[in-house]
Amino acid sequence: MIFMLEQALAHPQGEPLATERSVDHWQALAATPGEGAAFLPPTRGTVYGTLLNHLDALAALGDQVHAAPYKAPPRAPILYIKPRNTVVGHRVPVVVPADAAELEMGATLGVVIGRTASRVAESEALACVAGYTVVNDISVPHASVYRPSMRFKCRDGFCPMGPAIVARKGVADPDALVISVTIDGQTVQRSSTAGLVRPVARLIADVTEFMTLFPGDVLTVGVAAGAPRARAGQTVTITIHGVGRLENTLVTEDSK
Amino acid sequence: MKRARVAYSGAIHDATEHPAGLRLADGRVLAEDAVVWLPPFEVGTVIALGLNYADHVKELSKELTVTAKDEPLAFLKSPGALIGHRGQTRRPADVTFMHYECELAVVIGRTAKNVKREDAMQVVAGYTVANDYAIRDYLENYYRPNLRVKNRDTCTVLGPWLVDAVDVPDPHDLALRTLVNGQVTQQGNTSDMVADIPALIEYLSSFMTLGAGDVILTGTPDGVVNVNAGDEVITEIDGIGRLVNTIVGDTLFGR
Repeated sequence: MIFMLEQALAHPQGEPLATERSVDHWQALAATPGEGAAFLPPTRGTVYGTLLNHLDALAALGDQVHAAPYKAPPRAPILYIKPRNTVVGHRVPVVVPADAAELEMGATLGVVIGRTASRVAESEALACVAGYTVVNDISVPHASVYRPSMRFKCRDGFCPMGPAIVARKGVADPDALVISVTIDGQTVQRSSTAGLVRPVARLIADVTEFMTLFPGDVLTVGVAAGAPRARAGQTVTITIHGVGRLENTLVTEDSK
Repeated sequence: MKRARVAYSGAIHDATEHPAGLRLADGRVLAEDAVVWLPPFEVGTVIALGLNYADHVKELSKELTVTAKDEPLAFLKSPGALIGHRGQTRRPADVTFMHYECELAVVIGRTAKNVKREDAMQVVAGYTVANDYAIRDYLENYYRPNLRVKNRDTCTVLGPWLVDAVDVPDPHDLALRTLVNGQVTQQGNTSDMVADIPALIEYLSSFMTLGAGDVILTGTPDGVVNVNAGDEVITEIDGIGRLVNTIVGDTLFGR
């Protein structure tokens, strides 16, 4: 099975199929004001999140990595799964559960797999990539990453993604992308994929040593330190230059 | 009814149990060893439970206690880790402790959100057997159990049959056991689950929408031992199925 792109793939709500158009086409449509520009997620594969893959996120844990319960710094990539109930598209409202005052916005780059990737060498890893997308890996804030409850990361709608998958050839260097987050128009975080423990190709190589990634699967590169929090009523926009601008509004359970 | 998915003669087929083995939907009757067995349904989200049998809790940690009042320890696996009945599971040459886990797998049949305990069994389509291997050597204390321990290729075995829920009068009274090379190494009964099936469905659906094809692996009792390349591991649940798996070494994979 192969999933390769020349331009960019997206699936506007109401359209029967995802289609491939230019990056500019999707960016213009996704930015159209009003109701008509919500999107479905651009892929339905399994979504894997990567934890503590930003040097600053690892540094934020400091000496805690040597103390209980962690006892040692991470060795292999730390991964988790965002199940299918979490995945939604651009401009789909995200419900803030009644038991959470605010949610953490985990802005990250999603690497979309194009060819089955098993035991891939670092030098060949990028050839398995179909393209890239913007992911908001939402969590209920939680301090411990020892054995977090699924309640923190697996709520319905907790993984907005899109608007489009931009073809690999359209992204010159996935390890040098600036990610910015705005809440109601105010910039609250700027990070970069330049400061990764495992850059994209290394991450793919280390993950596929024990676990095959399939076409359509998404592997995020992880969230930087200091993920901003947002409340119901606020609109969160994540921009990765050349990849996309993902916008979602948080709503209360009642308003859904 | 017992249903399977198998590969045979160049295609993937739905099949049902037959006295001679199995019967494909197109009428062909085949022996058990004439087909390649796949996981018995199209698998969606795979949710697994840790420490859901009181005796297994004691086995893994003397300090830990878990009761039905605690939040269940649930984690996720991906469909890519799954293989079917009579498959091969790889044991890396450099590990010292790789163990099976015999588990009752509960298959969800329809969309379920905020399901109350008393309604929970209505969303169950059926049951199958899971053998959820773990490699303890790779355990790290971040997002436990980390995927390198629990979500490895070939390390989640599912099948042989999806048994319709109506044919399982009491899923909370099923004897289960594991045999390694014919010797019983693990025995238990689903009556000993800390969080039972309605409790798990109520808990999970309170924060996430479950869908048809999602599956809950309900945990394992004590009696997990190391297995080695060449071992035949059979995980068996009375009335549900007898799931056969063989441990193989690195050389088959060119490692």
